[in-house]
Amino acid sequence: MQIISTGHRIKWWAAIKDGVVAAWPICLGYLAIGLAFGVIAQKAGLHPLEIGLMSVMVYAGSSQFIAISMLAGGSAIVPIIVTTFMVNLRHLLMSSSLSIYLKSVRSGWLALYAYGVTDESFALNLARFRNDDWDWRRALVLNHTTNIAWIGSTIAGGFGGQFIPQGAFGIDYALIAMFICLFIFHLRGNIYILVAIIAGGLAVGLSLLIPGNSYIIISSTIAATLGVLFRKFQLSRRVEGKD
Amino acid sequence: MAADYFLLVLGMGIVTYIPRLIPILFLSQRELPRWMVEWLDYIPAAILSALIFPAILTSGEPRIFDITRPEVLVAIPTFIIAVKTRSLAGTVIFGMFLYWLVEKFFF
Repeated sequence: MQIISTGHRIKWWAAIKDGVVAAWPICLGYLAIGLAFGVIAQKAGLHPLEIGLMSVMVYAGSSQFIAISMLAGGSAIVPIIVTTFMVNLRHLLMSSSLSIYLKSVRSGWLALYAYGVTDESFALNLARFRNDDWDWRRALVLNHTTNIAWIGSTIAGGFGGQFIPQGAFGIDYALIAMFICLFIFHLRGNIYILVAIIAGGLAVGLSLLIPGNSYIIISSTIAATLGVLFRKFQLSRRVEGKD
Repeated sequence: MAADYFLLVLGMGIVTYIPRLIPILFLSQRELPRWMVEWLDYIPAAILSALIFPAILTSGEPRIFDITRPEVLVAIPTFIIAVKTRSLAGTVIFGMFLYWLVEKFFF
């Protein structure tokens, strides 16, 4: 019993160290966006505690921005909640994709893990899971490290402080640069490049045509489906060729 | 704190948490068919592409296509650095530095 618990403790300590260290690009990006969010929310009349409460309960940046602008525009509660649902539905795909790497994890931990699924933590954790040096503990720590960065910076912004001058150090580009690099990591062959081109082209086109961010979920679903069909077609052609 | 605000945040929290939770809870406990594993394997490349390209190539509400933005100018060398170095830290720092330069001197 003693040995098992010591083993667990060592696993967690290593996970905490690795997870916190790996989280830095996201924390940097969240610091910039979180401060900006806090400042805007405070101007819209929210107390820093109310801002913190939203960040803790929702933890999804773009939907929080939209909620604040709807609140400031005098919207009722239900339309804001419905919009939030639509804006955050894309996490369904991310959470599905992550589930492959979370087999045999206890459901209590999974429930805690799910809370921290964001565009950023999804992209970073998934790229790390592909290397063998990553596991659910490290991923969970990364999720919650970035969560703390988000909550802390939104509250700090809510105290009226734009603590970082606008545009300083190019911090606004941190997340885009991170996404670009992780995107490159995920292009592991021609089929992935094809899927990415379809998804990117569709996403740009749809984002110009339909309001909101549903273009993300629509274009990635279509692109991944075409990828599966294309592979199937390619394989069946190969089999036929042999006959 | 107004009760209305608490209800709002609670509602937002619930509708955000459900799509995050359901797939993780149910898909991770099952043996998935091959086509689905393959489909899920394409999702990251697809989502990242769908997140990045509209973010750099379009702006405003409603969105308009605009390739003269600093985001686009910086994205090209950032892509090249990512491909060449395959370093996350290097790419993030390079991208930030270049964006800072471009914002400061060109826009």
